[in-house]
Amino acid sequence: MDTAYLIETIIKVVVVLLIFSALAGIGTYFERKVLAFMQRRLGPMYVGPFGLLQVAADGVKLFTKEDIVPTNVVAKVFKIAPVITAATAFMAAAAIPFLPQFTLFGYTVHPIVADINIGILYILGIMGIGLYGPLLGGMASANKFSLLSAARTAAVFISYEVVTGLSLLAPIMMVGSLSLIDFNEYQAGGIGDWIIWSQPVAFVLFWIAAFAETGRTPFHLIANDHEIIDGFGTEYSGMRWGLFFIGEYANMFFISFVIPLIFLGGYGDGSFLGALGLLGKMAFFFFFFLWTRAAWPDVRPDQLMWLCWKVLMPLAVINIVITGLVMMF
Amino acid sequence: MKNEQFNNRDVSDSYFLVDIPDYPTDGWGKFTRVVKRTFRGELFVGLWVVLREMIKFDIHTVQYPLEKMPIGPRYRAVHEMKRLWESGTERCIGCGLCEKICISNCIQMDTKIDENSRKEVSEYSINLGRCIFCGYCAEVCPELAITHGGRYENGSEQREHFVMYEDMLTPIDALKAGKQLEFEGFGAITPHEDERVKKTPLSY
Ligand code: SF4
Ligand code: SF4
Repeated sequence: MDTAYLIETIIKVVVVLLIFSALAGIGTYFERKVLAFMQRRLGPMYVGPFGLLQVAADGVKLFTKEDIVPTNVVAKVFKIAPVITAATAFMAAAAIPFLPQFTLFGYTVHPIVADINIGILYILGIMGIGLYGPLLGGMASANKFSLLSAARTAAVFISYEVVTGLSLLAPIMMVGSLSLIDFNEYQAGGIGDWIIWSQPVAFVLFWIAAFAETGRTPFHLIANDHEIIDGFGTEYSGMRWGLFFIGEYANMFFISFVIPLIFLGGYGDGSFLGALGLLGKMAFFFFFFLWTRAAWPDVRPDQLMWLCWKVLMPLAVINIVITGLVMMF
Repeated sequence: MKNEQFNNRDVSDSYFLVDIPDYPTDGWGKFTRVVKRTFRGELFVGLWVVLREMIKFDIHTVQYPLEKMPIGPRYRAVHEMKRLWESGTERCIGCGLCEKICISNCIQMDTKIDENSRKEVSEYSINLGRCIFCGYCAEVCPELAITHGGRYENGSEQREHFVMYEDMLTPIDALKAGKQLEFEGFGAITPHEDERVKKTPLSY
């Protein structure tokens, strides 16, 4: 492995880390604002112009808060759990091409940290590991509500892994590759080539499962707001809780990148317009996460399981079978 | 901003019964219900409603320290002491009724005879830490001297927060500028009371 490649990769890792940590913060600002406007409120207004510096104020608060590790918790596990959430969220980003390749000062930059040939499998796997953050955090917390939340989280994540995997199987069969760059090449021909037209069911299923994977509102029983506490994060404070938060928002951003890359043509032909298109699609999917939070109620855990095992999974299997039949003949 | 719009609480004519069909009992009924609900697109109605509100941008927030909701004339906040309109002298005659009626014993007053042989209030304070803003003092006052005002922001460093007579008294320049507001609330004379007063019949 030559040094230039190593340096380039390290720079890319740092850039992705910095940009998405910052975006996670700005994401909370957008979430508050969008939710506020949808509920006829103003949202943060006082810190900085239009409350823009609220993010910084929150950051300062999170960083300077006392780091409480309660008695009775399993301290080692308790401390490592938020790191798992944040780390897996960012690790998943390694296989996502955020922009088409471009030339900077005569040097061709591939805005993907590692174009491994099992990209999607890797992303799904890493997001699956992300389950251990809430699970271990909740189990180590010595708090029964955290424990309940951890159990719910495990149930939701494991169930929806099935839907995510199965729904993606059909597009993967069509493209014949697991690399997101190959997915992009497959759809580079324009809107008519987008996989959403040939795989609408897979698209909807994956989108629904994305809400469960990120634990966003219709499936927000991971940290059940109705218990007035923050689910598995109840005992956490300061930056440890902040890591859970960053992980959740980074996950939202990455999923918002992955959905258009797989189903909606990604960055298209790789032109500047295509790159803007990808960012626009990403922005829409991120906005949709906030939008549903304002509009939809949460479902009950049993309804969530019902939806997963009795509706989405059979649909995904049927979708795969039909895709296979169509491809065979 | 006016609060008239909130006064109509009669919503009975916009009530209607929601038509709830019976729950399906057999498997096929449940299945058709799921399919129907899936394709009826009710989720999109919810999405549209919140998006519409966002586009309309009809923000209802009152940015409190900068903006304030109007409060009704009957609101019972920190007391005010009124002056007579004609002479500008204090209305309070030191009768002590307010001190007597106050159910939380928070009015402390002292009176003396002044050089014109009139009773004069020398000390008067209300302990706002004890006052429950019941309005009895304003109701009992024979001179409409003590009333409730609209100043509800009375944060203080200590619970025993007093208001003194001088603080409650309408400043003489505010009175001269005609800025003294008559109390419309609890115990006040109703408007146009003059027209309704009948002469006491003297000849029987
Ligand atoms: S409002 Fe009630 S409690 Fe307060 S001073 Fe008057 S009589 Fe006393
Ligand atoms: S405020 Fe009214 S009730 Fe109290 S002493 Fe003065 S005149 Fe009497």
